[in-house]
Amino acid sequence: MNADAENAAAAVPTGTAPGRKPLVARGGANLAALIMFGVLALLPVLAGLIDDPFLVVTFTRVLVFAIAVLSLDFILGYGAMVSFGHAAFLGLGAYAAAIPAAHGVTDLFLQVAIAAVACGLFALVTGAISLRTRGVYFIMITLAFGQMAYFFMTSLSAYGGDDGITLATRSTVLGSGILENDVVFFYVVLGTVAASYAVLRAIIGSRFGRVLSGTRENATRMQAIGFPPFPYQLTAYVIAGIIAGIAGVLLANQTEFVSPAYMSWQRSGELIVMVVLGGMGTMIGAVPGALAFLLLEEWLAYFSEHWKLGLGVILVLIVLFTRGGIAGFVSKYLGGGRA
Amino acid sequence: MFNLFLLQALNGVQFGILLFLVAAGLTLIFGIMDLINLAHGVLYMVGAYLAATFTAYTGNFFLGVLIALPVTLVFGIVLEVLVFRRLYERDHLDQVLATFGLILILNESVKIIWGAAPLSVPTPDLLSGSIPLIGPLRYPLFRFAIIAAGLLTAIGLYVMVNHTRVGMLLRAGAVNGPMVSALGVNIKRLFMVVFGLGAMLAGFAGAMVAPILSVEPGMGDSVLILTFVVIVIGGVGSIRGAFVAAILVGLVDTLGRTFGPILLRSLMDPSAASQTGRTMAPMLIYILMAAVLFFRPSGLFPAKGNA
Repeated sequence: MNADAENAAAAVPTGTAPGRKPLVARGGANLAALIMFGVLALLPVLAGLIDDPFLVVTFTRVLVFAIAVLSLDFILGYGAMVSFGHAAFLGLGAYAAAIPAAHGVTDLFLQVAIAAVACGLFALVTGAISLRTRGVYFIMITLAFGQMAYFFMTSLSAYGGDDGITLATRSTVLGSGILENDVVFFYVVLGTVAASYAVLRAIIGSRFGRVLSGTRENATRMQAIGFPPFPYQLTAYVIAGIIAGIAGVLLANQTEFVSPAYMSWQRSGELIVMVVLGGMGTMIGAVPGALAFLLLEEWLAYFSEHWKLGLGVILVLIVLFTRGGIAGFVSKYLGGGRA
Repeated sequence: MFNLFLLQALNGVQFGILLFLVAAGLTLIFGIMDLINLAHGVLYMVGAYLAATFTAYTGNFFLGVLIALPVTLVFGIVLEVLVFRRLYERDHLDQVLATFGLILILNESVKIIWGAAPLSVPTPDLLSGSIPLIGPLRYPLFRFAIIAAGLLTAIGLYVMVNHTRVGMLLRAGAVNGPMVSALGVNIKRLFMVVFGLGAMLAGFAGAMVAPILSVEPGMGDSVLILTFVVIVIGGVGSIRGAFVAAILVGLVDTLGRTFGPILLRSLMDPSAASQTGRTMAPMLIYILMAAVLFFRPSGLFPAKGNA
């Protein structure tokens, strides 16, 4: 209770929520990102040396989620929009690969374009409605829209409905099945992560990004100095939706199976946990966040089929007993989350 | 056709009443404490499981529900003391994470204690069978009992909120919590009472549906999201709004699922109509929510001027 009171006291004068860090040393972050992506690029070589092809598959999955986490961190960490329906974009993107594939359209670029248009439109419509509200309302409405997309796909029996749909092959690139090779696919995913990181970083550093961070700190003041938050937040929401949709196309390719479970609200919650684990508002935390969560999931599942119980306990304890929630915990004990 | 409409309308009202019971506690928690509680649906599940267990022990459904109620109340208060009390001062993201964690814990604990297979609770003899409506039309007595019990609870809540001292504090708390605290009201105790009450109402809803739905882990999750829709439409912190919105959502959802395909059949061929109808029907309430928000961003009956 004491820590809470201090938190509240510290938070009020500055107008900053606890655990949120200023943008520091962007050059340093970009260097760290460069090193991180460089190390990741060597991963298939390492996997070859220790003869563990599963390593590449695991990391492909981690990196696919990292793309979605990047996009969520963009609106959550920089726009202060706690979207609880982000998995819907991931799922819509996955269906944008699976449904055309069922009709013989397997070209990756075409599927990415379909995903971008579909997710962009969905984000535009639902974002325009959700952003009319704030706080608790926004969380509930994004959750409801995510669930709407989930139910839509569940009842779409032409494409598997609840049971999901299996992809016959991975997407093709200009007619070649080069993505069937796991290592090639790994590099495609890694390249997408790096590109998403670079694009979002550029946006955050731009005038647009400054305005967005401003609305995070104090929407009323931004409004007062002539920047109405709505168009900026909506644009950010649409960008995040499109990037998450692209992650969805890759996820469908990684698992070669798509089901409505991808867009369940638990998945949305897990994406938020990944963002917070990696450090909110850091961008570079997306990869470690996704890695930590997926490894934790696997590690707990190794002990017991009831691994969700362990995950829940860890979540509650971290939020309750560390100042500023998980972000505070990470920066305090692990030294991560610094951008 | 009219008969079908009447039956489905009654089903819709019954569904709406249940949603109201869950939403009533949650809207107060949102409104008064500004706390986003994702774990409220889990309390509905706990109520259903407790009712199922105590019914099996005592062999009597009414006794089972009667024991389940105070137990869910205590369970709610324990949760408040252990977890929620520490979250009031935090930002919404922390609240989302902690209550998300609670859902995982409670869903999984239920699975460990009672197993993953659904439990079934027999309808009590006293309320089995059906009663005549008009002509040859009959309606299950138990569903009538749910509507009646829900309406009685709603009236009780209305009286409590509008005509008692606790209710006055609740309304004042929803409009301006810090001011109520500054005037010397023990707001912590008020929070605890509201939370326990909300837990009991959700548990009551769960206990009552135990005989007509399967009692299974995760049953609270879908209810939670519908409850959110109800609260968003009704306006955070408003019991009256929650009631109107719950009945509205119950009716739109139930009637939409039945009559959507029938209406579409007059426009397109039968198979396409049933496919489109089945796809569109679950989305109706979200479209309703979006429409309400478009015209009234803070719901139909906002408790605060600008929530």
